[in-house]
Amino acid sequence: MTPLDGSGFEYSMSQLSLLEAESIHIMREVVAEMQRPTLLFSGGKDSIVMLRIAEKAFWPAPIPFPVMHVDTGHNFPEVLDFRDRRVQELGVQLIVASVQDAIDRGLVREEPGGSRNRIQTPVLLDAVEKYRFDALFGGARRDEEKARAKERVFSFRDEFGQWDPKNQRPELWSLYNGRVFQGESIRVFPLSNWTELDVWQYIEHEQLELPPIYYAHEREVYLRHGMVMAVTEHSLPRDHETVFTALVRYRTVGDATLTAAVYSEAVTVRQIVDEVSVTRLTERGATRGDDKFSEAAMEDRKKEGYF
Amino acid sequence: MDLLRFATAGSVDDGKSTLIGRLLYDSKAIFEDQLEAVEKTSRDRGDEYTNLALLTDGLRAEREQGITIDVAYRYFATPKRKFIIADTPGHIQYTRNMVTGASTADLAVILVDARNGLVEQSRRHAFLTTLLRVPHLVLAVNKMDLVDYSEEVFESIRSEFAAFATKLNVPDLTFIPMSALNGDNIVTRSDAMPWYDGPSLLHHLENVHVASDRNLVDVRFPVQYVVRPQSTQYHDYRGYAGQVAGGVLKAGDEVVVLPSGFSTTIAGIDTADGPVEEAFPPMSVTIRLADNLDVSRGDLICRPNNQPMVTQDVDAMVCWMDSASALRPGQKLAIKHTTRNARALVKDLQYRLDVNTLHRDEAADELGLNEIGRVRLRTTQPLFADPYGRNRTTGGFILIDESTNRTVAAGMITTAE
Repeated sequence: MTPLDGSGFEYSMSQLSLLEAESIHIMREVVAEMQRPTLLFSGGKDSIVMLRIAEKAFWPAPIPFPVMHVDTGHNFPEVLDFRDRRVQELGVQLIVASVQDAIDRGLVREEPGGSRNRIQTPVLLDAVEKYRFDALFGGARRDEEKARAKERVFSFRDEFGQWDPKNQRPELWSLYNGRVFQGESIRVFPLSNWTELDVWQYIEHEQLELPPIYYAHEREVYLRHGMVMAVTEHSLPRDHETVFTALVRYRTVGDATLTAAVYSEAVTVRQIVDEVSVTRLTERGATRGDDKFSEAAMEDRKKEGYF
Repeated sequence: MDLLRFATAGSVDDGKSTLIGRLLYDSKAIFEDQLEAVEKTSRDRGDEYTNLALLTDGLRAEREQGITIDVAYRYFATPKRKFIIADTPGHIQYTRNMVTGASTADLAVILVDARNGLVEQSRRHAFLTTLLRVPHLVLAVNKMDLVDYSEEVFESIRSEFAAFATKLNVPDLTFIPMSALNGDNIVTRSDAMPWYDGPSLLHHLENVHVASDRNLVDVRFPVQYVVRPQSTQYHDYRGYAGQVAGGVLKAGDEVVVLPSGFSTTIAGIDTADGPVEEAFPPMSVTIRLADNLDVSRGDLICRPNNQPMVTQDVDAMVCWMDSASALRPGQKLAIKHTTRNARALVKDLQYRLDVNTLHRDEAADELGLNEIGRVRLRTTQPLFADPYGRNRTTGGFILIDESTNRTVAAGMITTAE
């Protein structure tokens, strides 16, 4: 018997195969035991990996649930194009929960300064109620942030979508408790045990296509609070901010008004893997304005029903 | 690169957070922005040095209320291995957290303070590690710098623990003297303890052989989900998806499906990346059978001459994890075992175990939060089970309170009849 994956031992598996097997198991548990699951798909790299795992988990059957995008309206056009194309290739239904619609309907009000970060949560919860979803797959990883480090794979949420860190269900072995009463739901994080590097290595291994902004490209940018922000219709520089052209890429893809780029020359996945292996900043620390409000920003948002 | 999952256990001031901070820092898993936050907090608190323990500091909800919220998972990698640490807090609700963290661990690191030697908690940690059948145990004798790196101190703790461990059936036990604060014997061998000729902790974590810990003998495939594509291309496709819980399955193998008992052969083992010749734990695959049988979620595929127990009467060690209720004979609960859901009646509480002294209290009439005891259950449907010591997947279960939907207990099957 020869080693299957070059790791040197008979019947051993590489870390990527182990993580993939665990994530597939989690997805199948949800579909077997929950009534109405959906998968949060933003066109970002973590949700792309998650969608690939969903494709594998049910093959040769199609993915047996719709995907949903909470659309802040502040998008990178390349990401929306990619989202629509990928969904069409897979033949899955796309539900768009639009923050703009919710503003127009008066469900939420834009914060001063135009940030739509906090108002995503009521829009998400509104869609969960409308479609009666009882399980929502999210691409969050425990290495991202310390509130996430303590969250379960099956994260119970009450009728208001709230996470109660003091009242989590014990989670042992690979036995997940998805039981809910009407109106309650479970947020499920199949990539909980993946790190940013694992995600990139998996993208390389699976040759997954990503929106082009993940690779180094020239872009008009300006600096705000030390972060490199793109000039887009939703994120214009203020008077004192100087616009210049730089070679950048994105480590995460979120709301264009809040997500910063990093200087990079990496134009292939391999080059990105090499960069990620030696990087000294967390991906949220480097690029996410939404986590900078306070040390406990993520914890607070999760308690309100955020992913 | 492979993967090692390990749990860390220790009492409040034995330096566990510093040890984890040190491992993350020295393996460069700490990022500059995280370190900056810690340096700032250290300065604000007036610490003399950067307090690496703060790297594992918890949520604001915990700091505000002075409580610790169960297990935190942390990640680092070396060129050899990826590591997942289940970091279990030291005091409140200790048993519940340690049982949770140990349930998936390949290895446990138990810290003791060299100045104090073994304390009651060290014995409890060791007991829980063996109850959960963690295959490898490291006793980390920390704070050696505070006992002048004395070989005598280390040897005395080692022999005392080794004597205790003989009662516990520890499969693989390693002792490492260290100072997490100074980095002695954490990543590299320390010059301060020339009398120690064993590995550093990281070297041990990188090299301990865990692939052979899995059960490759008893074929166990709990059916998780039936794949039926309903498409013209795969019109007649019917596959049984699941994660292998034991043994090695091959196409052409004769198998039995439980509970029906029908025999058939494996027609093929599929994955989205193409068929595979063999499947072994913990691979997630889809199995096709040669005959058209009625197979559904919760069934189990095994070999004709090596079958699990098929039983509705289960003896198990149970750890109660709910603060709002207690386990009592006569109680009815939901049980989740592999992919099978049933209901269970608590027939009998045989004894409650004192995890510090291992004394069995046979007069006990209930199990409260963090208490462990031996129970007998009667289930509404047969379970396909192995003793937990033989297979952690087919031997473990959880109990759920149907009125609250909370997970209230973890169980490890001892025998069944």
